[in-house]
Amino acid sequence: MAEAATTLLTTSDGRPLKAALATAQARAKRRAFLLVLPLLLFVLLTFLIPIGYMLKRSFEHDGFSASAPGLSAWFAQNPGFDPANPPEEAYAALVSDLALMQKEKTTGMAGTRINYTVPGTISLFKAGARAAKDLQPPYKDALLAVDPEWGMPRLWRAMEAASSPYTTEFYQVATDRKLGDDGWGRGADQDRIYLFLFFKTFLVSGAITLICLLLAFPVAHLLAVLPMSKSSLLMILVLLPFWTSLLVRTTAWIALLQEQGIVNDLLVWMGLLSNDNRLQAMYNMTGTIVAMTHVLLPFMILPLYSVMRVIPPSYARAARSLGATSWTTFRRIYVPQTLPGIAAGSLLVFILAVGYYITPALVGGADGQLISNLISFHMAKSNWSLAAALAAMLLAAILVLYWLYDRLIGIDRLKLG
Amino acid sequence: MAQNGPGDAYVEFQHVQKSYDGVSLVVKDLNLSIGKGEFLTMLGPSGSGKTTCLMMLAGFETATNGEILLDKRPINQVPPHKRGIGMVFQNYALFPHMTVGENLSFPLEVRGMGKDERETKVKRALDMVQMGNFINRRPAQLSGGQQQRIALARALVFDPALVLMDEPLGALDKQLREHMQFEIKHLHENLGITVVYVTHDQGEALTMSDRVAVFNDGRIQQLASPADLYERPENSFVAQFIGENNKLPGTIEELNGDKALVRLATGELIDATAVNVKEKRQKTLVSIRPERVEFKPSMMPEGAHTLDAEVIEVIYMGDILRAVLRVAGSDDFVMKMRNTLGQTRLAPGEKIKVGWHPLDARALDPM
Repeated sequence: MAEAATTLLTTSDGRPLKAALATAQARAKRRAFLLVLPLLLFVLLTFLIPIGYMLKRSFEHDGFSASAPGLSAWFAQNPGFDPANPPEEAYAALVSDLALMQKEKTTGMAGTRINYTVPGTISLFKAGARAAKDLQPPYKDALLAVDPEWGMPRLWRAMEAASSPYTTEFYQVATDRKLGDDGWGRGADQDRIYLFLFFKTFLVSGAITLICLLLAFPVAHLLAVLPMSKSSLLMILVLLPFWTSLLVRTTAWIALLQEQGIVNDLLVWMGLLSNDNRLQAMYNMTGTIVAMTHVLLPFMILPLYSVMRVIPPSYARAARSLGATSWTTFRRIYVPQTLPGIAAGSLLVFILAVGYYITPALVGGADGQLISNLISFHMAKSNWSLAAALAAMLLAAILVLYWLYDRLIGIDRLKLG
Repeated sequence: MAQNGPGDAYVEFQHVQKSYDGVSLVVKDLNLSIGKGEFLTMLGPSGSGKTTCLMMLAGFETATNGEILLDKRPINQVPPHKRGIGMVFQNYALFPHMTVGENLSFPLEVRGMGKDERETKVKRALDMVQMGNFINRRPAQLSGGQQQRIALARALVFDPALVLMDEPLGALDKQLREHMQFEIKHLHENLGITVVYVTHDQGEALTMSDRVAVFNDGRIQQLASPADLYERPENSFVAQFIGENNKLPGTIEELNGDKALVRLATGELIDATAVNVKEKRQKTLVSIRPERVEFKPSMMPEGAHTLDAEVIEVIYMGDILRAVLRVAGSDDFVMKMRNTLGQTRLAPGEKIKVGWHPLDARALDPM
């Protein structure tokens, strides 16, 4: 044995064994890689590149820097200027840029960029650009005569920040900070919507996850212990809604729960409710939670079932024979063994719920909107960068959760079916 | 060996019947009493009802009819966790999310025992099975034999008076199984517990038990000590199931007390002991153990009937020589000979005469 380890082994045709092994395996590895290549390209093109692009958009916006080259150059040369009192050259550069914008028709782009951080500036830019070519020096007084708002320190701060295409300002906005005359600060309480909505989204997702777990656990257990014929039937009942269009299911809940819906009609008919006191269970948070719980339930049932199916009944019997009551057996023997399923189902449902869009959009009303609805709102208004910043924060939060999950439970214990 | 008097029965099955589907009976009118401190084995082929009986005793199945008494107390309505019966399962059923120590501590915790007492008992139980160093391991880190020991320790740690074992050694290899048989036997003797053991391995049943109940078709076919069971089977099923057996079909020619003269299907007459035959001209199956068959005239009793035999093959098995013979028209008559220095070596084709003591030929029911 020792001799064989020291002498260099060769194959029958004289090649070194190690090299032969590497060649043989390289071929197998190359073939395996070719098999995954189509999926890899697909994921790269449709998933990773868009996400990368989105992340880039959350840091980048050249709407102002590209359309105001003169002022941008001036900002670059005078980094320490006083925003409360910019000098005449700055105004001169601004006026010439405004005239350029009017000529190139880029006023809207520049105004929109500044408008993110100083609301109401699009009209200011449009009026300024229209007047720019007739203005005479001194430009400072002339521009302030057009509109005194051109002297606002926060406007100058905003323009300075926007003079570079790269910025973190969208994240400032997305975390409810506001640009004031003295720089970025905490926004007024009535304007703090994003962080609150993040918090609400996580809270609602947590609640939905918990409700799903409570509803799914007995169902999954039943699925796992029933004889095959009955469990197949039950499984179909679980899967049938799963296969049905999301839109159909959500609309069905509208039909059931709205003010003139079936549930309310039934309750009124049975005399449990008076007609003018109908339940408000749709177009609010209740509607969002009910419909989303229903939609996400299979994602909890299936991982739980796959774990419970392989737990032998002898564990419970052993615990009972050792003197444990059925409750103790359930709590100390059964539940710990279903933990991988609970963890997988909860992670799945929570992550899906945090990013859910259609259901809250349809049944949420004003009160039941989640962060994804706000992201969609900004996308619809072409605030791509702000939407991207919000989405990136959501992504980061989920990655943190995933990391926590891995630390606490271990990702290798995840069982999805 | 514990006696089977009605007074000292620790476990008693009274007319117990069990049906799963309401159509057929898995256990048909079971009557069995097990003495305190006894090692009783339920032996039988799969589907014979032995495991069902054990599960009814443990409380995981309810008796359809009849009564089970534990220490003279009816336990049909007592839930499993209040019966205080230790149980060792076929696949050990060690809780995979707990360490060995936690597994053993579990039955003590649910009994509300204090920490110090628990630790003492766990340590004692682990030492009993020589597994004291494994207290912090998880079941998955142990070999099959080690898991078996832990399962045994866990069933004993809360000092139950009755321990049930459901084919506990089924998953072990032969050598380990034989070793564990002796260990379980010694634990039983040292602790004075009552053991009800289920197995389909007759060797295991004979080695370990005080008494063996042979199950077939939902009934106990014979309840006896291992020696009685092997040497004096009461019916053909038991004779076939326990050990190897030669069967010679025939009819009773003469019946005188327990002495019977049997005419075989091929016309020869042999002597036999009547066991469960009652009258002349009744069909019977005579069973003879291969190791009780003799072929040397000197070893046969005076005046015994002998049969002509032809050697078909001789298999060398180390400790014994196994000869397959053609006797009375059948080709599967087996004779076992001790492999001694002076033993006659038979060759295929050789013609010999075989005989036996009438006590060793048992005339049983024809099945």
